[in-house]
Amino acid sequence: MHTGYVSVRLGLLALLDDADMYGYQLKSAFEARTGGVWPLNIGQVYTTLARLERDGLVATSTRDGNGEGGGDGGEGGRTADDRQHVYSITAAGRRELADWFAESPAEGPPPRDELIAKVLLAAAGGSERALGVVTAQRTALFAALQARRRALRAARAAENGGGNGHGAGDGEPEAEGEAGGDEALAAALVQDALVIRAESELRWLDQCEARLLSRRSAGASTRRST
Amino acid sequence: MSVLELCDVVKRYGAGPTEVVALDHVSLAVEPGELMAVMGPSGSGKSTVLHLGGGLEAPSTGRVLVGGRDIATLAPTGLAALRRREVGFVFQRLNLVPSLTAAENVLLPLEFDGVRGREAARRAGEALEAVGLARPHDRFPDDLSGGEQQRVAIARALAGRHQLILADEPTGSLDTVTGDLIIELLASQCEAGTAVVLVTHEPRYASWADRVVFLRDGSVVDEAAPAPPPERALAAPASAPGR
Repeated sequence: MHTGYVSVRLGLLALLDDADMYGYQLKSAFEARTGGVWPLNIGQVYTTLARLERDGLVATSTRDGNGEGGGDGGEGGRTADDRQHVYSITAAGRRELADWFAESPAEGPPPRDELIAKVLLAAAGGSERALGVVTAQRTALFAALQARRRALRAARAAENGGGNGHGAGDGEPEAEGEAGGDEALAAALVQDALVIRAESELRWLDQCEARLLSRRSAGASTRRST
Repeated sequence: MSVLELCDVVKRYGAGPTEVVALDHVSLAVEPGELMAVMGPSGSGKSTVLHLGGGLEAPSTGRVLVGGRDIATLAPTGLAALRRREVGFVFQRLNLVPSLTAAENVLLPLEFDGVRGREAARRAGEALEAVGLARPHDRFPDDLSGGEQQRVAIARALAGRHQLILADEPTGSLDTVTGDLIIELLASQCEAGTAVVLVTHEPRYASWADRVVFLRDGSVVDEAAPAPPPERALAAPASAPGR
């Protein structure tokens, strides 16, 4: 039933599994927990919460005045509503979440990846054309990966207090505080995933190049021998 | 001034029907503080670029300038001095001397270059610290893991304080954590102003570079560099080996 991408719905359930929260808190916590790569629209949070409540996966309770989480609000008129509704996960919500964590990614045809499609369709037009596509795609991907690496290094150097960040060991500063540490971990995990995905695409393009070149030279030698 | 410059270089091996053109009119320049990666399928001419840059081979036509000097104009002794003083090599096959300890392997080229006694020992020790080689440093290559051996090879290149380091698949058979560390070490040398040319087939490592040059059939087919230019000029000067 869960298709392809992770729904906001499960993200919110996972957060509520840890603690009861206000709508706005959920938005900030979701963004922090996912390393800031998937910004959420507050409207989307409230519609999703409404559906979760309708399906019996979360429950709301009302708190008067400034709740403990109140310091968090203050942005654009949402606070009045926010203050009143605290969301918590239900037993059914916990089951749904556990099922999702346990479920393995669905098997099926590979996603219609644009990069793969480009190379395959270009290859139909001959090796030279395909090599051109491989070269252009690889250069663009590399530039993006280099920029990401650079950003990572800069972030790490800043984290290490402006030192030049070399030397053995990973020297992670420990006195960061739990919350800050969690957020940094999430960001690092997301960055790793993006870097590794780009690497695997680049590796595939190298493979394409090698295959195209060997096919081209095989073609050349048959032509020569006939 | 570029640390290394290849001007319209052609390199041929063999002659007649067996002739192979390893590099076909290649022009490249590597600037101080730059980490340049060279990628390409096998036989594309990657290693030839390093051999030419290190003065290990001469171009068939075209010019190779190291530190602004045309290597073709150097006498054999001048060429040997250039290889020793200006260029550090890190090869896939490590070329450590098996009968010398890690520290002695790092010391050896320093001694050839007239650095003696305490000064040489201090520099070797610093370089081994910088690459994070666990003590003791008087272990022999056979007693070191692959990653440790590669660290020694890099320490040897660092200790000479060269303006150019040529690295041929330095991450060879290392696991990715160790490989990352090795590349990070090379990158931190660039922050200190050293230029590094890194030949690799791993996108993971090449992506550390300021610029990636792609070779195919002996020609440069493309270059990749991230959008904003490198800001090496702003890097702190105090980043020699050690801390």
